Amino acid sequence: MSRHPYVRPISTTTWYMRNGRYKIYVLRELTSFLVMFYSFLTLFGLAALANSAERWDAFLASQQSTAMVVFHGLALIYFLFFQTFPWFKLAPKAMPVQMGEKKLPDNYIIIGHYVAWLVVTVFIFWLAGVI
Amino acid sequence: MSIQTRQIELEVMRYDPEKDEAPWFQSYTVPCLEDWVILDAINYVKDNLDTTLAFRWSCHMMVCGSCGMMVNGEPVLTCKTFVRELPDKVRIEPLENFPIERDLVVVLDDVMQKLHQVQPYIVRKDDPPPEDKEYTQSRGALAKFKQLTMCVNCFVCYAACPQYALNKDFIGPAALTMAHRYNRDNRDQGKSDRLNILADHDGVWDCSFVGACSEVCPKHVDPAAAIQQMKVDGALEFWKQKMGITGDKS
Repeated sequence: MSRHPYVRPISTTTWYMRNGRYKIYVLRELTSFLVMFYSFLTLFGLAALANSAERWDAFLASQQSTAMVVFHGLALIYFLFFQTFPWFKLAPKAMPVQMGEKKLPDNYIIIGHYVAWLVVTVFIFWLAGVI
Repeated sequence: MSIQTRQIELEVMRYDPEKDEAPWFQSYTVPCLEDWVILDAINYVKDNLDTTLAFRWSCHMMVCGSCGMMVNGEPVLTCKTFVRELPDKVRIEPLENFPIERDLVVVLDDVMQKLHQVQPYIVRKDDPPPEDKEYTQSRGALAKFKQLTMCVNCFVCYAACPQYALNKDFIGPAALTMAHRYNRDNRDQGKSDRLNILADHDGVWDCSFVGACSEVCPKHVDPAAAIQQMKVDGALEFWKQKMGITGDKS
């Protein structure tokens, strides 16, 4: 009797269609495009700031157009659902805190992340003169 | 009182390496009892309908880890998958991401070699203790890795992992989890030996935290968590070495 194992083919371009779990993962990974966009936007803004006051004001004005405000809003929602919420939920897995024989309850670590997020957000708003 | 049965149609993937060019599906009608798991239904086929069907199983109690299969596209241990929770038509396939040896039997050589590679045993560098002494371990020290010892090497996690599906060099969930289990064991001194393999290109950094391994793990070992913890450990070790701080010499 001879061995002749069969290797099932896998598509390198459509593998994520196999199940819902993979699709959600790919949606999460697609946030990298938004990260790229905001990286360029930051560079663009810095370049405007370095150039002249007029260019900087024009940059600020461009970000306040209705289209851009809607875009930033949608991007924020996308990041919240595919980065912030899932990663904070997973934080206790990557950073469990053990005290003796017991583990610190997951909720403490998750809530800690949200509190830190809130503090940083308030600080940035304060820095930006929003509050 | 007559015993109530429910007829289900099992669509089973068949592959005979001596006859078939590719796998194909064969249907069997199986009268199932209320408390049957999928493994019972497959055993019914073997015992009553078709003796040529090949599959692995042993304990029927989630300990041996040999009855892992795809049930309606989901990698599971068939001994803990109840028929009553499934529709009338159930598709059974061999575990994804592994070559098919025959019918529902897959070739596990690759993962066996990977398990061996991470030295899943206690490594000691010093002399063994005298015969009247033993390596001590507190309950707190055991709690650091006890959950990871639940792994039964069923490799259901590899069938769920898209990274392993696309890159067979990736060490993968179960083997990495076993490495973490021994790295966390205070009796072990093999962490630095394992680090070369784990921090290498095909080690923990190939994992992009899809998390599918943990979702399908029948023993709730949570391999995805173990791998992320290893990334943290590996990064700390890297910076310790960079800064000349004496790290874990074990």
